[in-house]
Amino acid sequence: MTAVPLTDAPPMVRARNVRKRFGHLEVLKGIDLDVAVGEVVVVLGPSGSGKSTFLRCINHLETIDGGSIHVDGELIGFRAQEGRVRHLRKREITRQRREIGMVFQQFNLFPHLTVLQNVLEAPTGVRREPRGPARERALELLAKVGLEEKSASYPRQLSGGQQQRVAIARALAMRPKLMLFDEPTSALDPELVGEVLATMKGLAEEGLTMVVVTHEIGFAREVADRVVFMDAGVVVESGSPASVLDDPSNPRTQAFLSRVL
Amino acid sequence: MAVTEKTSRDAVPEVDVAGAARTRHPLRWVASFILLVLAAQLVHLLVTNDNFEWDVVGRYFNAQIIGRGIVTTLELTVIAMAVGVVGGVLLAVGRLSENRLLRTSCGVYVWFFRGIPVLVQLVFWYNLSALLPRVSFGVPFGPEFVSGGTNHLITPLFAAILGLGLNEAAYMAEIIRGGLLAVDPGQTEAAQALGMSDARTFRRIVMPQAMRFIVPPTGSQVINMLKATSLVSVIALADLLYTVQSIYNRTFQTIPLLIVACLWYLLITSVLYVGQSFIERHYARGATRNAPQGFWDFLLMRRRAQLPPTTPEVPS
Ligand SMILES: Nc1ncnc2c1ncn2[C@@H]1O[C@H](COP(=O)(O)OP(=O)(O)O)[C@@H](O)[C@H]1O
Ligand SMILES: [Mg+2]
Repeated sequence: MTAVPLTDAPPMVRARNVRKRFGHLEVLKGIDLDVAVGEVVVVLGPSGSGKSTFLRCINHLETIDGGSIHVDGELIGFRAQEGRVRHLRKREITRQRREIGMVFQQFNLFPHLTVLQNVLEAPTGVRREPRGPARERALELLAKVGLEEKSASYPRQLSGGQQQRVAIARALAMRPKLMLFDEPTSALDPELVGEVLATMKGLAEEGLTMVVVTHEIGFAREVADRVVFMDAGVVVESGSPASVLDDPSNPRTQAFLSRVL
Repeated sequence: MAVTEKTSRDAVPEVDVAGAARTRHPLRWVASFILLVLAAQLVHLLVTNDNFEWDVVGRYFNAQIIGRGIVTTLELTVIAMAVGVVGGVLLAVGRLSENRLLRTSCGVYVWFFRGIPVLVQLVFWYNLSALLPRVSFGVPFGPEFVSGGTNHLITPLFAAILGLGLNEAAYMAEIIRGGLLAVDPGQTEAAQALGMSDARTFRRIVMPQAMRFIVPPTGSQVINMLKATSLVSVIALADLLYTVQSIYNRTFQTIPLLIVACLWYLLITSVLYVGQSFIERHYARGATRNAPQGFWDFLLMRRRAQLPPTTPEVPS
């Protein structure tokens, strides 16, 4: 919960009029969102409102159809030069993704690799970090998420909460500037949700910039700097947790909150 | 105890099932008896029927000429299978590609080669010179670099490799494609989100997981290939079957020589089976909570629950 800087430094995420359609279905209808460096933004909204799609556009797992997304000042997925816009090559997209960590609802750990190998795969294979130091840092990250002693286990030998914490460590191993969380606790048994949220809260306190899609209102209230409410592909409301959660001005936000609270 | 203090209507008698008598299965005894009698008859036949000529079997079993046939059979199996696997990977990736032309071409290949009996394909390649008397390598419609008579290029061995390998590629393509499709798409997404390239994602993440689905049917394919190589005897390639045929055509010891061939085919497939078990065990890593531990456990399909149940702990 770092203070949001009041300077006019460039935001970590700058989304302008982002549009995305699947066939005839218009899923994102012009999303505007700024996320400042060190800010934690929680995105709320009913199922199907386009939250996952928006998150996946930020690291170009989905290609946007219009508008623009900048991360740390760099246009994602495209190059604008002398008034002309082109698609980036795969290599360049791959390079951009290295700076953005993502945590999925279904964890998506690599089941054929041990916990330690999961965390090491990207730093050694993609960033070409030397093995020794990378391994040390991977063990540090596992210690940080409370799973140092599980480093030799395979993911399927862990509980859901443990798997999700490994997934967080795996994303952190690339030293991302920005972390995206897509309903990280929705696939977990209720008693395992707390351990994952505690880990995420720790990261927020260290000043990591995070965009979190979640239905955990308690987490939003406690950790978020800002809460954004999405519905039917647009941002309906945005503001401090207190203002959006306790005193929503939009009727759709009110209806949603009355259902989940 | 509370139960015994209640009225007799509710009383449950104390029972200990530890010494329970086994259920009897008289039909199983009958079936076992019949099988034993049949087995005894078989042994009796094998020992007493002189037509088996076991001394001849023994004489030829490790004869040098048979050894050369086996080497040819194994060579052909390995090379044709290698062609099949490499071609199969390329075709499978092609069929899953975003390029429509590539997808269709690979589909047509699979349709064509799976649709024609492999024996016909072998004979066809062997007689290729009747269709194309000369072959050449060079720029399409442009200058030739190398050229020569098809009959010199398409030796029986080459015809066999082409016939068996190109056919195998079509089957392997389907097996590999099935394996790739069985891997959760979330795996590719996770790899992409980490900034891995497509090639690296394929090599490190998707392929190792697909191998679990690819290895067992590929094992059957190798065994099928070993046996299918015997078809090449029709194009006069001296494999194991052709060798024993050429011997018994001279000596008329048909049955013992066929038995020699059978024994060698069985021996080789047994070795292949053991090899496949090792490979399967390798790719089973992490696939289940209780990944197989010992090799023999694995071979006998016994799975031990050795790993302690995981205890979720809450971070401080
Ligand atoms: N790859 C896709 N193809 C077609 N429709 C999709 C695809 N991904 C998402 N959608 C549709 O887009 C809408 C928004 O989905 P999503 O972003 O997952 O919503 P949320 O995460 O808010 O629940 C849904 O109607 C969903 O069915
Ligand atoms: Mg979603």
